[in-house]
Amino acid sequence: MLADFFQYDFLRYTFLTGLLIGVIAPLLGTFIVVRRLSLIADALSHVTLAGIAFGLMAEKKFGLMLPPLYSGMVFSVIGSVLIEKLRSVYKAFQELAIPIILSAGVGLSVIFISIADGFNTDLFNYLFGSVSAVSQNDFLMILGISVFVVLVVVFLYKELFTLSFDEEHATISGLHSKQIHLLFIVLTALVIAASIRIVGVLLVSALMTLPVAASMRLAKGFKQMMLLSILFGELSVILGLISGYYLSIPPGGTIVMISIIILLIAIGLKRIQSKPRKVRDSV
Amino acid sequence: MTEPVVSMKNISYSYESKKVLDHVNFEVPQGSFMGLVGPNGGGKTTLIKLILGLIKPDEGSIAIFNDSINPRKDRNKIGFVSQKANSFNKGFPATVFEVVSSGLTAKIGYFKFLNKTYKAKILEAIDQVGMLAFAYENIGNLSGGQQQRIFIARALVSDPELIILDEPTVGIDYENVKRFYELLHRLNKEQNKTLLLVTHDTGTMTEYATDIVCLNKELHFHGNPEEYTSLTEKDFSQFYGHPVNLVSHNH
Repeated sequence: MLADFFQYDFLRYTFLTGLLIGVIAPLLGTFIVVRRLSLIADALSHVTLAGIAFGLMAEKKFGLMLPPLYSGMVFSVIGSVLIEKLRSVYKAFQELAIPIILSAGVGLSVIFISIADGFNTDLFNYLFGSVSAVSQNDFLMILGISVFVVLVVVFLYKELFTLSFDEEHATISGLHSKQIHLLFIVLTALVIAASIRIVGVLLVSALMTLPVAASMRLAKGFKQMMLLSILFGELSVILGLISGYYLSIPPGGTIVMISIIILLIAIGLKRIQSKPRKVRDSV
Repeated sequence: MTEPVVSMKNISYSYESKKVLDHVNFEVPQGSFMGLVGPNGGGKTTLIKLILGLIKPDEGSIAIFNDSINPRKDRNKIGFVSQKANSFNKGFPATVFEVVSSGLTAKIGYFKFLNKTYKAKILEAIDQVGMLAFAYENIGNLSGGQQQRIFIARALVSDPELIILDEPTVGIDYENVKRFYELLHRLNKEQNKTLLLVTHDTGTMTEYATDIVCLNKELHFHGNPEEYTSLTEKDFSQFYGHPVNLVSHNH
């Protein structure tokens, strides 16, 4: 079943990229979910779409060779910094930053897309993901991002955990909370831009949150939850890519639906797990 | 006489035009177990924020550990326990061990990992608050009183000289409040930790504290529990700025 993925270059790069984002998306997703920032991923993915649309427009209208992955990444990082700025402007309504940035992203996308004379297959691939869209260059870029993200999380793990659990305590104890948070949001923006080739703009946030939602039901402690999320993320990406390829469906759809199935199984398992305990407790 | 752990001279602080602290002189003697009481809006939390270095006074000076405050250097010497049992996200998927380890994050420093010594320290802190059997349980599965003990362990793990507690017993039932005070009493007596406790629960507090301070914009009283309990309704009405009915706490 996997043979095609090793035989053809474009499929191989897709597969390897899938393995990378299967790690980094749930890895950051764990922190995003526990900090109740799940919707930030959605806002940033729509800003990334604006960046991609800008790249496509620049190429079509002005003949500029601006790879959409790069322009998407630049927009996403700028969007992440703006979200942080807006969160400090609206201190009492921090979640407002998300719809503001999300709608700005969609608004810009619509403008750029119509200047570029409307939809084409390429844009469709960006929305829902594609098994054939990853070039060698894309792969190398995403590999670089993945290494960077994993290194930051490993070396700043205890700071990220402390900040996620209790921001007030982190600040009081002398951590540079604001700077660490900004770095984290920028990492999130990079991971989203990196994931879009495969899962697509509309579903990228699912890959960051669904595996975490499933592992949250089963894990004991934070580290275990993180590892389990990565396992679920990898499983979704691998099964999603293979089934998407053989069924000729964009992989965004299949990856997310497999994540949903894993989530449902996790919820079911938790129910079975907790039933006998309840009986014991009541004795 | 040893040097005070905290010494505030002539401190004033205002939120926009509202003055909450007015020329307050205040000392926390080393080794004391000080209870800080006063009405809501009387400036207790502001005073704590000043000591923690989160805000700067409009007027006056603060010395901590006989040194004018250098937040980053001295923050490790101060442990802080807030009303966490009420306000933290109960579903947060972290074990007791992980929560307590976060108390060491700033002390260990960036780009460094928890080694064996630190891990032993974490278990020791959990043991000190009598929760070792729960070290690898998710914190959300514990009761409010147990959770508050874990937050004490998180403050203890960095080996602070001063522990500040901001209304830590809110929402905890009477039996557990009693056990909580006994734990604080032990830390104060056996480990010589200086404690500064903000509380509304003056009844139980007077049984354990060595010093009591009443704050309502100005410092109204500083004495020992005997002096405090001998205060009359008239004295209290003066502090609070309105008539007060004393209710005795004879649990």
